[in-house]
Amino acid sequence: MSSYGTDPDLSPAPPSRMLAAVVVAVGGAVGALARAGVAEALPHPPGTWAWSTFVANATGCLALAGLTVLLATRFPASRYCRLLLGTGVLGGYTTFSTFSVDAVQLLRAGREGMAAAYVVVSVLVLLAATVAGLWLARAAVARRAA
Amino acid sequence: MIWWAVALGAAFGAPSRYLLDAAVSARFGSRLPWGTVTVNLLGSAAAGLFAGVAVQAEPGATVVSLLAVGFLGAFTTASTFAFEVVALAEGGARRLAVLTVVLSVAGGVALAFAGVRLAMAL
Repeated sequence: MSSYGTDPDLSPAPPSRMLAAVVVAVGGAVGALARAGVAEALPHPPGTWAWSTFVANATGCLALAGLTVLLATRFPASRYCRLLLGTGVLGGYTTFSTFSVDAVQLLRAGREGMAAAYVVVSVLVLLAATVAGLWLARAAVARRAA
Repeated sequence: MIWWAVALGAAFGAPSRYLLDAAVSARFGSRLPWGTVTVNLLGSAAAGLFAGVAVQAEPGATVVSLLAVGFLGAFTTASTFAFEVVALAEGGARRLAVLTVVLSVAGGVALAFAGVRLAMAL
């Protein structure tokens, strides 16, 4: 884990911060479009369980963990790959603001129990998806090395 | 969903997250991932304000796609948040991992709630 730091978005540092920002902008637009596509496919009225946010965030966590391991072990010098796909696409694909507002909309609808369940289940699933992504990618790397 | 507005908003939201994360992390270099915590708390508060304004103003699909789905959606991140929490736990910093979760989740929901209330009171 220490080989790529705690914050995968910042290590390794790119040579040019401005070029990095442009790369992240392009990736972020692509990721956000994918998230909007999930939202169109799984619509929900405010005050109900937000499956679209849940699905996008869980799949994005799985993908980011896998991508980070694969890039760090197979392509350790690829700074812009990490910025485009990780910080950009998957950062834009997943969202925390919509998650927070989803929970608030459930509270405002008087569904306190569902709001609590949405928050707790979401966090547990995001962490589990991240652990699963790390595990799968490490297993794939170990299999290739063997 | 107005697709061009989602892409345009995210093209500003994602690099804003990246630059703010880098600036905060450089200034407050600690094991707690303050950069990601900051963008997620700020974005949640702003999304709450937007949702509160939207209750009365009923913004059009273009504004919702541009600001809420595009900009704020891409400004915040769940994947980096979860990755950093797992990285802390794997590194043995279990208490910091729990603190990051509580700070982000309780803080994010509370700030979004406050944002909605504040916008509706104005």
